[in-house]
Amino acid sequence: MTARQRGWFFAVAAAGLVACLLWAFTGLPGFGHYPGPYGQVILGQAVQQTHATGVVSAINFEYRGFDTVGEEFILFTAAAGMSVVLRMMRGERERQPADEAESRTAAPTSSSIRVVALLLVGPTALIGWWFASHAQTSPSGGFQGGVILASAFILVYLSGEFLTFRRLSPVALVDAVEALGAGGFAGIGVAALVMNLPYLYNYLPLGQFPGAVSSSGTIALISFFVGLEVAAAFVLIVSELLEQTLLRSA
Amino acid sequence: MISTGLMDTLQVTVLVLVAAGAFVVVRTRTRVRQVLALSVYGMLLAILFLVFQAPDVTLSELTVGAVALPIILLLAIAKVRKREQ
Amino acid sequence: MGIFPFLVVAWIMVAGLYGIVTSRDLIHQIVCLIVVQSSTYVLLLGVGYITGGAAPYFWDIPLHTKAVDPVVQALALTDVVVEAAVTALLLSFAIQAHKRFGTLDPHELAEFKG
Repeated sequence: MTARQRGWFFAVAAAGLVACLLWAFTGLPGFGHYPGPYGQVILGQAVQQTHATGVVSAINFEYRGFDTVGEEFILFTAAAGMSVVLRMMRGERERQPADEAESRTAAPTSSSIRVVALLLVGPTALIGWWFASHAQTSPSGGFQGGVILASAFILVYLSGEFLTFRRLSPVALVDAVEALGAGGFAGIGVAALVMNLPYLYNYLPLGQFPGAVSSSGTIALISFFVGLEVAAAFVLIVSELLEQTLLRSA
Repeated sequence: MISTGLMDTLQVTVLVLVAAGAFVVVRTRTRVRQVLALSVYGMLLAILFLVFQAPDVTLSELTVGAVALPIILLLAIAKVRKREQ
Repeated sequence: MGIFPFLVVAWIMVAGLYGIVTSRDLIHQIVCLIVVQSSTYVLLLGVGYITGGAAPYFWDIPLHTKAVDPVVQALALTDVVVEAAVTALLLSFAIQAHKRFGTLDPHELAEFKG
């Protein structure tokens, strides 16, 4: 069918979708009046039970820890899947970055970009590490901290030091760190099984003071492993795409 | 604490901006410009999540939508452009 | 303010779908898919909001202040990060398609077989 017919078909279908959505939304109890009891029950119990003042992270890594394991493995599989999909095709060969030096048409990176980017690498890595290890106290957590940590590596590439980026993140090491992160999370749960407790039960000491860094048992540890895994997954994704720009078909 | 009326006005403003941003992202047809529009849209979304009292989601959306996604998209565009040359 | 955020959710979703349907470029389609996914985040957080509630972090506010629902925030949080990785996987498919067939136009790609 032509584009116009497709357009009309979409218009009809979209009208139907909008009608169904509006019907659903008028059945909701209005913005700001959420009646669900589950969240309120958790809010009342979470701080005493887990000694974590960040209730969202407590939900992510303890009350709903099983869902988070699943989501983390989605991330793991996506990064691994990219390595498989972007394999070299028949007839392609990799060219060394040094070969391209003579035919470079792009302008060299300006000094201000290099200086600013390199200056930002250290603080970014530190902030990412801080976020990944403070899930239980404030709005941070493994997922955000991991992405910030990965962007510290990417800043090295953005400052024009592509070869340094490659040397800093060899694929074997990044793969190992990602596996350590994912396996560590699953392993903490399995260790609970070994101790005759339910999977992912919070068995580490809870700490005396709710909201201290070394409180809340397994939540802090799991968040740290998740941070490692997310950082490694994103560095792997970016390296895979960067390697693609080096391939050239024969 | 912010009064409810002020919070309501803030939320309505940011919601309207987000709706406009989504339309702009969809209507931009050039690749690189669309990635820039997506980056701005990500920041608008982050402000919306902050106004909805969800600072964790704000952090995630800021790092992912304004940093990681545009980098991944630009690398893919560069790869495709290199082959088209 | 009863239903306005949900109208915005429906608008974003339909705008993204319109972009996907009328697109002539795989990368444009992928970005419109990102827009559609973002409408679900707004929906999740909009459903869980409680008027006059604070953020559910009790580091500096007393323990039983009224707070918004934390469960939907936990869902949206992991969702945002995982979406980026899945988008990267989609982009790698687009790159391989371009390598094999030389084009990123979905109408032309539909005519190739394997």
